[in-house]
Amino acid sequence: MEDVIIGLEIHVQLNRLQSKMFCGCSTAYHNSPPNSHTCPVCLGLPGSLPVINKKAVEYGIKVGLALSCKIEEETLFYRKNYYYPDLPKGFQISQYDYPLATQGHIMILGDDDKERNIRINRAHMEEDPGRLVHAGTIDKAKYTMVDYNRCGMPLLEVVTEPDLSSPKEARAFLDKLKSILEYLDVFDGSQEGSMRVDANISLKGGDRSEVKNISGFKGVEKALSYEITRQRNLARRNIKVVQETRHFDELRKITVSIRSKVGAHDYRYYPEADLTVMRIASWVPAIKATLPELPDAKRERFVKQYGLADDHAKSLTSEIRVANFYEAVAAKAAPKLAAVWIADVLKGELNYRDLSIESFSEKHMTEIVQMLEKAKITENGAVQIIRELLDKKEGSPQEIVQSKGLGKAEDDAVQKAVKEAVAESAAAVADYKAGSERALNFIVGLVMKKTRGKASAGEVHRLVKEEVEKA
Amino acid sequence: MITREDVQHISWLASIKIEDEEKDELVEHFNSILEYFHQLDEVDTEDVEPTYRVVDLANIFREDVACKSLTQDQALKNAPRTENGYFKSPRIV
Amino acid sequence: MLSELKAKLLAESCEEYLCRLFERIEKSSLNAFTTLAKESALKEARQFDKNPDQGLLAGVPIAIKECISTRGIETNCSSKILRGYIPPYDAHVIERLKAEGAIIMGKTNMDEFAMGTSTETSCFGPTKNPWDHTCVPGGSSGGSAAVVAGGEAPCSLGSDTGGSVRCPASFCGIVGLKPTYGLISRFGLVAYANSLEQIGPLTHTVEDTALLMEVISGHDKRDSTSAKGERRSYLPGLGEGISGLKIGIPKEYFGEGVNKDVEKAVWDGIHTLESQGASWQEISLPHTRYALAAYYVIAMSEASSNLARFDGLRYGSRMGEDKDWHTTFSAIRAQGFGPEVKRRIMLGTYALSAGYYGRYYLKALKVRTLIKEDFLRAFKEVDLLASPTMPIPAFKIGERINDPLSLYMADVFTVPINLAGVPAISVPCGFAGHLPIGLQLIGPHFGEAAVLRAAQAFEAATPFHEAKPEVI
Repeated sequence: MEDVIIGLEIHVQLNRLQSKMFCGCSTAYHNSPPNSHTCPVCLGLPGSLPVINKKAVEYGIKVGLALSCKIEEETLFYRKNYYYPDLPKGFQISQYDYPLATQGHIMILGDDDKERNIRINRAHMEEDPGRLVHAGTIDKAKYTMVDYNRCGMPLLEVVTEPDLSSPKEARAFLDKLKSILEYLDVFDGSQEGSMRVDANISLKGGDRSEVKNISGFKGVEKALSYEITRQRNLARRNIKVVQETRHFDELRKITVSIRSKVGAHDYRYYPEADLTVMRIASWVPAIKATLPELPDAKRERFVKQYGLADDHAKSLTSEIRVANFYEAVAAKAAPKLAAVWIADVLKGELNYRDLSIESFSEKHMTEIVQMLEKAKITENGAVQIIRELLDKKEGSPQEIVQSKGLGKAEDDAVQKAVKEAVAESAAAVADYKAGSERALNFIVGLVMKKTRGKASAGEVHRLVKEEVEKA
Repeated sequence: MITREDVQHISWLASIKIEDEEKDELVEHFNSILEYFHQLDEVDTEDVEPTYRVVDLANIFREDVACKSLTQDQALKNAPRTENGYFKSPRIV
Repeated sequence: MLSELKAKLLAESCEEYLCRLFERIEKSSLNAFTTLAKESALKEARQFDKNPDQGLLAGVPIAIKECISTRGIETNCSSKILRGYIPPYDAHVIERLKAEGAIIMGKTNMDEFAMGTSTETSCFGPTKNPWDHTCVPGGSSGGSAAVVAGGEAPCSLGSDTGGSVRCPASFCGIVGLKPTYGLISRFGLVAYANSLEQIGPLTHTVEDTALLMEVISGHDKRDSTSAKGERRSYLPGLGEGISGLKIGIPKEYFGEGVNKDVEKAVWDGIHTLESQGASWQEISLPHTRYALAAYYVIAMSEASSNLARFDGLRYGSRMGEDKDWHTTFSAIRAQGFGPEVKRRIMLGTYALSAGYYGRYYLKALKVRTLIKEDFLRAFKEVDLLASPTMPIPAFKIGERINDPLSLYMADVFTVPINLAGVPAISVPCGFAGHLPIGLQLIGPHFGEAAVLRAAQAFEAATPFHEAKPEVI
């Protein structure tokens, strides 16, 4: 979409930390009763004071480095002053001048199918506000309920330049960012609300609107698509887009204006005197040394080391857990075959069931690939084993092969069936000899029927071809 | 000079409602105090660094260790309005 | 005094002593205590009588300013907006006091959120000066000073953002110390201007202040601005004398605007110090005249942010029906804050707002640097500085309350100390008629030991700390 300009601000919870940004409250608040993970500090009780979580800063630097950012030598916290019920102090401790990390980039696959750098303007640390729960929809609710369990969670806000040009690209960017964060082991994307996005959207020449607080990547795509359509419709009717903040209503899948005074925002940023400056230049080399291999590098290595196709390498490296799973299997079974079966089959079956890679054992996958390699099972059989293991959650590939009779037909039986089938298919043989490659498929089908699917289709194809050419 | 409109805007930013009849007195007080502040303009502060913190400390941190939180009852005890374990806030739109 | 009291408590009954204090408080017309923790205090006194422990302040009752968080005891900063707020936690200083056996008597009146020089802006009404009930006790820790001067508590804690311990100490004829920024943890001190303020003791004698400092000072990892290093000791150095001590007299702290009686008493004090072996020389703190403006810009700016949390959602009062949140919070804040607090929040908001930040807040911080450098330069030449604490003795209740600027002017000699972060003490040095006068001794960063030693030498050579107001 050439006329669409999108910039993202992504709030990432550094939820692999044990404690909050400025106090000792636990970060494990999910599934807890509201307001059961607070203390005088994160509740903003009068007289309480913040103290910086050192590891949060280290995590921030780690992310900054992974996004190829410049790390500030001396960084500091500011107060961002505004009123909102989710903000117990009436200000948010955030960063402003001299943020932790600036000027980075992330490579994504653009709409034109070309790799493209999306520039990162900055990444800075801040504290998460509390969570607002509305009785009904946000614009109709009579009152709002506030839970401060989330309040004070360590956040990293990643701000892009307006380099994205479609909802799909925005999605690709977020996928890549999530992938990197999980590689760094600073973030667990499976927790609800762990990554929330504000999106700035405009059509070329028009004013921009900001859609706030979108949770979930599908949500981002939907909200952006809705917003683009809305802006296009306004343009068609010659109505100017108002520069405003909008809220994405997940239930109704629309964005609604949050009536706030235009131009009245004035955050009055000033340095937080309750905290000291952070001189971190000397930390950088040591943290850099701990950086793991990141998705792009891993993908390249997979291509080189295992001889994988690039799309398989990409698919296997997008999630660190999948990549590790793959490497464990590839260490014991044919790497190329393993790549095909994990990237094309297993991932699809997992997706279909909304399961993660942890739902399948490396050992089982290794056995399956080994059996395929030795032609002990057919492709069809392998798929059945995978499905059985995922659905029943019990047994082993061996057991399933035996109980379901998925063992590949003996070679003799196949040979016999091939001979019979060729003999029974004079017309097809003639067609093949006349140049129709497809005619073989008929004979292959016949063999598969005779062996009741236990033969491997590829193998049968090869044998049929041999037999026909002999004839 | 601060005007009645400025006072209105500041009142919005500071989230403190002011009545129309208060405005004239506030304008007067603010202008006399600001005028006093303007003597700072006389000081040459070219090349002078601001002092945000009077003691020069840096890199004060805590370790990433989780501690005990308040109970829900303790957290809500001082709140004038609550519901089902939540603080009850006026509507936000 | 406290050492004698400790001996007395051991020999007699802490409970009876405390009962006598509470009787006196209940009959008092000073309006200095706001909340009494009678039940818990008497319980602790009985415990002490049964089993006296060995803490530095074992059995010693102490009064606490309203803005210092006390678990289970209302902490409202003398503001309507915080009425009824009962903290679930103790400030660091309260933990320290309790650990040394002190007994918290209750909370004392103050200017609302410590914004004032007279304790008149309190939602509980003004506290009276024990020396003259028609006069203010000074502020903002007016209640903490009045209870000590009026014999209602043997000692107390206040807080000093721009003179709030020293001013009432001066007006009430007692000792008050503003320690070096960072020496005492601010954890649990409700913030007014967090880059300026420190908790400080108010006592009858310098020795008592030194004793309290031994208890409440020291590193606290919950306050990131808390100074590191070993706990410091202040009592052993007392009585060592001040022979050879070089005292600087900042010329900008004398002359125009200073009451004649005050000026004379302070000069008499300087000569007393000289007679004790110190020498003095005139020095200059050239940026003094800009300190007041810089102080108020910074204090108001910080206050506008520090006081943003008071909205009636998590604590405090909320009346009437809720409308949308902004309307509701704006109304709560309009009703809950008094006029001076609103004035400072709004001016501070303005000073930080887009387009004005550079002219006001940033400019004031740069001037602050110059003021701090004035002090650093002075302390290369001299060991301590001496000046009047306040340019005037206590003024009449109601006299200045409607003229904010004239009220601010009274802080002219106390605010530079907070801007620079150095320690300063006020000790009684005479009278203007029947009203006490305070001598301010200022030291370099973490120079409390020298300040206390000089103050104690002065006290030992003068009778002023022994004078007591007639109890009415």
